[in-house]
Amino acid sequence: MDPMLELRQTFFQECEELLVELESGLMAMDDGSAVEDTVHAVFRAVHSIKGGAGAFALDDLVKFAHIFETTLDEVRTERMEATPDVMSVMLRSTDVLSDLVRAAREGESVDQERSQVLIDELAALSGVSTEPQEPSEDEVNFAPVLLDFDLGDDDDDDNAEADSTDAVNAETDNAEDAEAKKSFIINFRPKPELYANANEASLLLRDLARFGDVDATCDVSQVPDLDGLDPEGAYLAWTINVTTTEDKEALSDVFDFVDGDCDLEIVSGSEDAVIAADDGENAEPNAEANTEAEAETAAGASEENDTEDNAEEDVIPAAEAEEPAIALVEEESEAPSQKSEPTEAVEAAAPAPAAGQKSAEAATGGAKTAGAAPATVRVDLGRVDRLINLVGELVINQAMLAQCAIDAGMARESGVESGLEELKHLTRDIQESVMAIRAQPVRTLFQRMSRIVREAASATGKSVRLVTDGEMTEVDKTVVERLADPLTHMIRNAVDHGLESTEKREATGKSAQGEVHLSAAHRSGRVVIEVTDDGAGINRDRVKQIAIDKQLISEDAVLSDSEIDNLIFLPGFSTVEQVSNLSGRGVGMDVVKRAIQALGGKITISSKPGKGSVFSISLPLTLAILDGMVVEIAGQTLVVPLTAIIETLKPDASDIHTIGSDAQVISIRGDFIPLVDIGSTMKYRKVTADPTKGVVLSVETDAGERCALMVDAIHDQRQVVIKSLEENYGTVPGVAAATILGDGRIALILDVDGIIANTSEAPSYQETPLAAVG
Amino acid sequence: MSDNEKIDHDNEVELVAFRVEKQEFCVNIMSVREIRGWTTESVLPLAPEFVRGVINLRGSVVPIVDLATRLGLETPEPTARHVIIITQVGEQVVGLLVDAVSDILTTLNDKIQPTPDVASAMAKEFVRGVLPLEDRMINLIELNTVLPDDFLQEAAA
Repeated sequence: MDPMLELRQTFFQECEELLVELESGLMAMDDGSAVEDTVHAVFRAVHSIKGGAGAFALDDLVKFAHIFETTLDEVRTERMEATPDVMSVMLRSTDVLSDLVRAAREGESVDQERSQVLIDELAALSGVSTEPQEPSEDEVNFAPVLLDFDLGDDDDDDNAEADSTDAVNAETDNAEDAEAKKSFIINFRPKPELYANANEASLLLRDLARFGDVDATCDVSQVPDLDGLDPEGAYLAWTINVTTTEDKEALSDVFDFVDGDCDLEIVSGSEDAVIAADDGENAEPNAEANTEAEAETAAGASEENDTEDNAEEDVIPAAEAEEPAIALVEEESEAPSQKSEPTEAVEAAAPAPAAGQKSAEAATGGAKTAGAAPATVRVDLGRVDRLINLVGELVINQAMLAQCAIDAGMARESGVESGLEELKHLTRDIQESVMAIRAQPVRTLFQRMSRIVREAASATGKSVRLVTDGEMTEVDKTVVERLADPLTHMIRNAVDHGLESTEKREATGKSAQGEVHLSAAHRSGRVVIEVTDDGAGINRDRVKQIAIDKQLISEDAVLSDSEIDNLIFLPGFSTVEQVSNLSGRGVGMDVVKRAIQALGGKITISSKPGKGSVFSISLPLTLAILDGMVVEIAGQTLVVPLTAIIETLKPDASDIHTIGSDAQVISIRGDFIPLVDIGSTMKYRKVTADPTKGVVLSVETDAGERCALMVDAIHDQRQVVIKSLEENYGTVPGVAAATILGDGRIALILDVDGIIANTSEAPSYQETPLAAVG
Repeated sequence: MSDNEKIDHDNEVELVAFRVEKQEFCVNIMSVREIRGWTTESVLPLAPEFVRGVINLRGSVVPIVDLATRLGLETPEPTARHVIIITQVGEQVVGLLVDAVSDILTTLNDKIQPTPDVASAMAKEFVRGVLPLEDRMINLIELNTVLPDDFLQEAAA
């Protein structure tokens, strides 16, 4: 793959993670559960996105992230209070930011208007202070000396004095020159990574020229002889004298995107700064703290200092280096911020700009990183799936081996039995652990839903609160991904249709703010996700009337409450007359139901008038495993998915009735249900079996049709690993997939829907002589 | 000289020969994945007659084609002495049920003669050419027609 493309992908992957971090941080701040570090984590997330976006020249993204970051900085430095209004702007900004990220990834255009609105709002918020952003004081415990230099602000002088550092005097002098032109000396030495990441030193120098008079001297002393010259190496360094009215941070911003890819030092060229630099020998941490404080983005500067100071480098072992492409470990440390990151770590990070940004960020953000993120490894999903497959084999093989040992009559001797038993436990453990690799908490999914709620709420003018529960519940990755669309739809429905308008709520004595509750929990080997609203509940009369109007049910149908509730899952049903731009997009709950069923799940609804509705989705933990009933039909072992089975029964002869020449029905508690002999429909046998000699499985199709399947015997109920039949063969009507049983033989997994469709819609199967009833 | 060697190498072909009902057939060794003894298959419903069923090959579901049925020969029930040749046809892995594997032959492409123009439909459809060997005749099987790319079409027919 094109290395640049790969980097780009890494960047967007990280953006996803950062956005999640950002949103969860903001939510925590919003509901007051934030800790001190949260705001820093939030700030860092935006900053990292900005940095990475800069590397890929995603201008829209950079522009928006910058203003967002600026405003966040106001909150971070506690100059602006995180009021609910502010937080609302922040959260909406997050939405726009994630839109921009997506647009950048897909190469789509962006809704400029929307982002502009928020840019204005953010600017209005941060506009409180007109001066360029200053660094936070809580980040470093030293006086922001050179900063005051820009502002000439007395308040800050007080702070500085309180800290009573050596630099105080220098700073006061500087303050007097506040408006004058200042000179800076920039030592800039690019590393090869800078060029490798498609940056160009000359452009940076040209950029600097914008600030005023620039006098650059190129240091060619490092250039080797032609023999030793690496064409992709970096040998030039510059010493640049800049005279400008801008402050130091503006200068360091120029180098923002080459952060970590060069050695950079920006020193104030004024006398005072020289003093400060001289002091550096004695008061090194102090000088560095200033550098840090001045430009939190110019991590390179601090790194340079770190490298020079070996003692400091020892503070945190280099072993903590973050390997960006493989694992990102956010190292937490209470050490003062200037001692945070050895240069090696940053160099390791350099190949991936976005990742590099992150580690540089860890350096500058300093000790106060948010809650320690667990160490993670990015692995290609294909490898995991291969591993899962192999472990599946191992389990089967172990079972076969155990069977062989028993057959050979050696099970009871020589510890073979206990050895095999241990092997069995181990293989089961391995299987569970491997399955867990694919498992993901539903947290990311739930966080996306909070945005859906916000958007739906503002579109409908309702005030809605989303409460989530059980976010750490883990489900298979594919399930999480494929759940996003149906869940989005359900959440929109809950806000749009479920909750009443604010006035109506108040009139009925409810709180003005509606509540949508989203929860996930493990329940007997499945995951149950519930969407609960405290709205008006389902208006059953109306639902029934609509179903009659749309000719989905006959006018005189007598339906129970739950049957009426379930009408909303019928295709072509939509309760809202006018198509709102929210939920009425031509997709109804039937689509939701189908999506859930495609995942092997079930959706149920319960509703109380005036109290609200609960939509409950029950899902398998993984798509690779299915709960099935192992049955025998005409000597063949087959698996019937447990989700389809309602009940099993042994019929009496009196329950079986014949309609016409061959069709049979069975009476179950007064209902007549078509009886299907799988053995003959699947052509396993030529003659329909006697139902009374076998067992009948009462099943329900996805469409809610009921049917009774005849099988010869039920062997077992167990979890089976799903194997593809299409890979080497093709699809077989009535067969969903295959699985391998403990004896190593293949059993087919029945597709109940397919079987019923075959019998009712494709009479040709019954007309063939083989399937004829004898 | 090097040209000659190259031509010879290109021309060389290795074949796996096997017996089905007293007739000898062969397939290119490059399409053979492995050879294993016969095990009971799980029957596939609604499948063409020549598809005996599916077996478990280290976790993959592999369909088994009874070559005798497919070629229109007599088909006694297989025994433990029967052999399954696992072949790779395009993307699919398919097992061929045969009586026994007899030989691995190294021969030249030149020596394979076009199928004689006989009345047998089987010969026209499934035999790509014949290879004389001492006083025997070995039929080179055309795997692509024996195992159609899409079983589904066959199954639906």
